[in-house]
Amino acid sequence: MNSVADDATDAGRLLALGMRPKHLPARDAVYAGLVRRYHEDDAFAELVRAFAEGLGISMLAVTQQSGAVPAPREESPFELKIDEYARRTALGNRGVDKMLHGLAHLAVAALSFPRPDDLANPAYVGYVAVAEVDAVLRDACAVLERRAVEAEENQDALDTAPELERAWRAYTRRPAAASTKDGRLAPDTTRAIITKALRFLTDQGFLVFRNAEDGGSYRTTPRYQEQVREVAASAAFRELLDLEVVSITDPSGSLAVVAEPASVDGADV
Amino acid sequence: MTEGTEPGEPDGPTVDAALGRRLKALACTAPVHDLDARKGRLDWVDASAYQMSEIALTIIDQVTIRMDFDRGADHEEVLRRSLPFVAAQAPDRPREEHLRVAKWVMDNLINVGTQDRGFAATYGTFDADGRYERRTWPFKLLVESFSTEGEIYLRSTDEAINVLVGALDTDVESAQEATETKLANLVRRGRLSDAQLAAEAARWRTVQYADQLRRLLDATRRDVRSVDWLNEVPDLVEDALAHIAARHRAETAILTNITQARDESESSARKRQAASLITIVRDCMQRHGQLQARLLLAGKTFRAEQDRQEFSAPARRVMIDLFGQLLTPTLSLSVADAARVTTAFFGKGTGLWVRGAPRLVDVIYMLLAPPADRDDLGEAVPEPDLIPAADPAVFSEEQWAAIDQLLALGPVPRRLSGLLAEARQTDPELPQLVGLRVLHLLDPGITTALRQGDESILLAVDDGAVLSDEEFGGADLLVGLVALDTGRHATDRAPTGEDTRDERGEVVA
Repeated sequence: MNSVADDATDAGRLLALGMRPKHLPARDAVYAGLVRRYHEDDAFAELVRAFAEGLGISMLAVTQQSGAVPAPREESPFELKIDEYARRTALGNRGVDKMLHGLAHLAVAALSFPRPDDLANPAYVGYVAVAEVDAVLRDACAVLERRAVEAEENQDALDTAPELERAWRAYTRRPAAASTKDGRLAPDTTRAIITKALRFLTDQGFLVFRNAEDGGSYRTTPRYQEQVREVAASAAFRELLDLEVVSITDPSGSLAVVAEPASVDGADV
Repeated sequence: MTEGTEPGEPDGPTVDAALGRRLKALACTAPVHDLDARKGRLDWVDASAYQMSEIALTIIDQVTIRMDFDRGADHEEVLRRSLPFVAAQAPDRPREEHLRVAKWVMDNLINVGTQDRGFAATYGTFDADGRYERRTWPFKLLVESFSTEGEIYLRSTDEAINVLVGALDTDVESAQEATETKLANLVRRGRLSDAQLAAEAARWRTVQYADQLRRLLDATRRDVRSVDWLNEVPDLVEDALAHIAARHRAETAILTNITQARDESESSARKRQAASLITIVRDCMQRHGQLQARLLLAGKTFRAEQDRQEFSAPARRVMIDLFGQLLTPTLSLSVADAARVTTAFFGKGTGLWVRGAPRLVDVIYMLLAPPADRDDLGEAVPEPDLIPAADPAVFSEEQWAAIDQLLALGPVPRRLSGLLAEARQTDPELPQLVGLRVLHLLDPGITTALRQGDESILLAVDDGAVLSDEEFGGADLLVGLVALDTGRHATDRAPTGEDTRDERGEVVA
């Protein structure tokens, strides 16, 4: 019979293991035992959740496949703010840069799980590469640009209100590549922003590096799918609802390549 | 807000859409004009010999011509190909300078140094209420892109091609036809330089088909369902094949024509032009061959990918369509609104962030650890602009002060020998400085002194006396204070020391 203190230690340990995203139950007997106990012992599961609650974390999932998947609540000490993530950017363009970094994360998720079904199917493994994310984003921007042209809307930002510029314009305008003297990625380019996102997600145990093709190719982990499915997508969707932007799409997914716009844009290759 | 909205007031000012369009076209040329306007400010070259706008157009042409199936032109190649043109403008300058000029022009066309690497122009429209409002139109001339091998290369933008290369932004097919007609016409009329331009434009047009096909095939490899293989691709393949057949006929005809022109022409310049045109046309034909080979493989790629990618069962539960319901709507929001959505997604989508809190013991190891390799995402490594180190001063401030005191002469001039002897008494190194200062006074820059409005100036004169000194030899110069008459300067410009002294006789020698 375990004492209360022992139980609390075990609950804390399970959380601590969950905080190391690359550590999996499959490779650690203690971890696997704790996960099993979480599912068999309701009182223990309750304790773990209460413990997490106190830390400002919610448990998304506890499975043998991905281990304990904790997610920070708002204002939790474990939450990473985008300002901190995109800290290195030039001050003048802060708003745009923050948006582009967030957009890269959104696009990585969208390309990792192109169909709604991929998000629901726990066995699905998504593949994503830097060049693809950039290409898909630029394609999407090109479609919006074409729509704007067809609707004869003037999309040039007002001189007095640059923050009203459309997001796709901001992305299209940013170069994909820029040559540097030492051959490194120029940090302000979209490729660099996407590379940063993919590497960060890899460090978080959400992606696994495969090879360096297409600027870096990765596959998803079950943990990433859970994170996107359970919290991230709905949080973003709620914001869209708040902004009264609702779109209904076909359940088979809407990621499709369209014919090239009439004008050939050298940038979106 | 429609471009060129009619203002509400009937008598109000109107801006029609054409004005905006023309302004944008005009703006595209601004960076090119700007090059010539700014070339005078370059401190590393006398840039007056170079026509920067010509170099700029050459570079854009070079990039446009080399926009290829998989890639464009890399920086080095464009520079290398533009070099003969730059060199022709200033043949006597070194090759390094030509290269640097070409690089400067190219960097300016990319607009290296700005975050977006582009340009912006401001123009006005009227809103629905007839109020004038300014808008910013961002544009680029040359963009840098990644090739499939991950190398950076250059492409010209639509703006650059439309305005600066002169091709028209119309349907690929019809533009192709038009170019061809123009080409055949030009060749017939013997206007080869125009024919060459047209042929180059034609070659670029042919690349577009290839590019389009490549994008579709790439997408097919990602997800076979994302490409419309029922209508779109077969149509494209059919069009492209028809196009290749037509082009092949046309180009064979053109080739015969030009070869004839080359062989019959008397002028060697024309012969050379015709020869280079033949090279271009041959290159076009080769590209058609490439495109045709890829077109034939397209169907095979599709079938292979279809086999590889399994079709999944219909959705089992209601899920958010990340692309259609999140990404696309977010892209169409304004930057400020989009940031709200992306921030929400980021906050929830990045998982737990556990900050590292090193123990004091670890700090020591961290400090002792060898430096890690630099992350290739870091800040650009600044290339320091080194200036050569200044020579250390030979004479101290005190010595300079002493010599100033020594040379503060009254109305009576002094011999150099006397000055040297007096200096030697205060400091054994001082005579060296005395000698240098006095030698300098042989040509004291009277014009400058006059311009500054000085009333008198120190002057050294050689009157034939020989210097007898233990350290120095030569003439025993006379050093004296000379009054300058600024009033006479206007009528009598005689800036050399000798003349001033002789005419005015004011040197007490």
